[in-house]
Amino acid sequence: MSDTLLGRISDTLWRNPRLLIVALLAPPVAWLGIIYLGSLFALLAQSFFSIDEFSGLINYEFTLKTYGELFKAYNLDIIVRTVTMALAVTIGAAIIGFPVAYFAARYARGPWKALFYLGVMLPLWSSYLVKVYSWKLILAKEGILNWLFETLHLSRLLNAYLSLPIVGGNSLSVSTTGTFLVFLYVWLPFMILPIQASLERVPHSMLEASGDLGATPVQAFRTVLLPLAFPGIIAGSIFTFSLTLGDYIIPQIVGSSRRFIGQAVYQYQGTAGNIPLAAAFAVVPIIIMGLYLWWAKRKGAFDAL
Amino acid sequence: MHSDRAPFGLKIAAIAGLAFMHLPLLLIFVYAFTTEDKSYQWPPPGLTLEWFAVTWAREDVWEALSLSVKVASISTVIALILGTLCAAAISRTRFFGREAVSLMVILPIALPGIITGISLRSAFNLADIPFSFWTIVLGHATFCVVVVYNNAVARFRRVSGSLVEASMDLGANSFQTFRHVILPNIATALLAGGMLAFALSFDEVIVTTFTAGQQQTLPIWMLEELVRPRQRPVTNVVAMIVVMVTFLPILGAYYLTRGTDSVAGQGK
Repeated sequence: MSDTLLGRISDTLWRNPRLLIVALLAPPVAWLGIIYLGSLFALLAQSFFSIDEFSGLINYEFTLKTYGELFKAYNLDIIVRTVTMALAVTIGAAIIGFPVAYFAARYARGPWKALFYLGVMLPLWSSYLVKVYSWKLILAKEGILNWLFETLHLSRLLNAYLSLPIVGGNSLSVSTTGTFLVFLYVWLPFMILPIQASLERVPHSMLEASGDLGATPVQAFRTVLLPLAFPGIIAGSIFTFSLTLGDYIIPQIVGSSRRFIGQAVYQYQGTAGNIPLAAAFAVVPIIIMGLYLWWAKRKGAFDAL
Repeated sequence: MHSDRAPFGLKIAAIAGLAFMHLPLLLIFVYAFTTEDKSYQWPPPGLTLEWFAVTWAREDVWEALSLSVKVASISTVIALILGTLCAAAISRTRFFGREAVSLMVILPIALPGIITGISLRSAFNLADIPFSFWTIVLGHATFCVVVVYNNAVARFRRVSGSLVEASMDLGANSFQTFRHVILPNIATALLAGGMLAFALSFDEVIVTTFTAGQQQTLPIWMLEELVRPRQRPVTNVVAMIVVMVTFLPILGAYYLTRGTDSVAGQGK
């Protein structure tokens, strides 16, 4: 009986491919649509409310006042600082990641290929917190980096660097440079994999042709290799950029007291209980990422994902 | 002339890049054995195995670990089902809204985790849902779908449509075809996707801080230690074990998909 019922369902689905698509899509779309998009829109809606300054209660009337708060100097500061950090991390990751990706795509063969692949995959997937923790060990005052500088008698150089404004601080673990290093370390593998994927597709003959036509290696890199790898770099930068924009744990553990967007969102929704402002702050990375994704799509970055 | 030997500078830069990614992780392995328990002193004054026994006896570590494993297992199962369904639909046909659906799947990891976390938290608050084991799972499954989906969609594209048609011509119904023809073809991709989803959930902390109540997953336990270090030696040992535990599914996923990737490479 159930066999014929299954058979009948099967026949119906086969005859109506649309029904099959609907049946396949209903559970995931329901889950993501209700749980995820539903919550997302609920959050965004709250950004149009405001908080009553005296009672601390949420005033459920449409207003743009909360968005106005974002443009106050100290909040604008947070946004600019976060975006600058995200840019710096993205550029740093591209510079360090490119040679790794290029070597892996172009020269690594056999066991070396596997080594490079796993060499990127393992740090990519190993625990985020453990990676942050390892940098807490490295940057600690009594840790390995200070020890290294001391052993090499370069402590004065480090101290001179730390006395610089903005990038410096009392020690590496409470400086913006420290935050940058940890961000760079944690997101670097996300940059390497898409660059490697795009470089794998560059035919070697193109570089040879550019060499035959008289290009120096630098010219060949700038005019042939880089443009072809660019979609991969953009694809990678989507990760590094987005992940840096929203992170609140790294700057909390390693860094100065100057806040980033993620920390602001976290504090406004938590201790401050100001959900509308937290929501408005959360919209900032969404808009930045939306613009960025739109631009990336036009540059063909999604083919490299 | 270009040869197949890498330029020396490139080789150095590539190896230095790899070293940059691995040395910090190796450092953790050293710290797990240090005798120093009050600071992060380098070089370690001495080496000991003592902390492994101490960690083994810690109830809170075991509880956090078991909660993490439970959450990751259930989230992975949900992600496997939803991700496979979605991949099957997307790879088979073109339909209106196809782009929108694939965007929706990617969105939970494309947007910063804090946004996913805070939206879920405020939604739970609005709906008066108390924070529990299940609210953690709800969050985790949502962003794990994409990992399974990515793995499955790539494999579905390679499963030839004629195989499905042949199976139907030979009298199998849709369910039998799925069970005996499609599933064996996509099994390794699903297993790989499932392992990655497990690793993703096992490690997740940002969304979890918003969707967990009093429960402590292992990453939450570690986060507390990071913010307020109290038991450095135990944290060192836990960190080392977490590194080793996450390596296993990654190596597994690699070996499962390795063959197909090289086949695909040769086909180009």
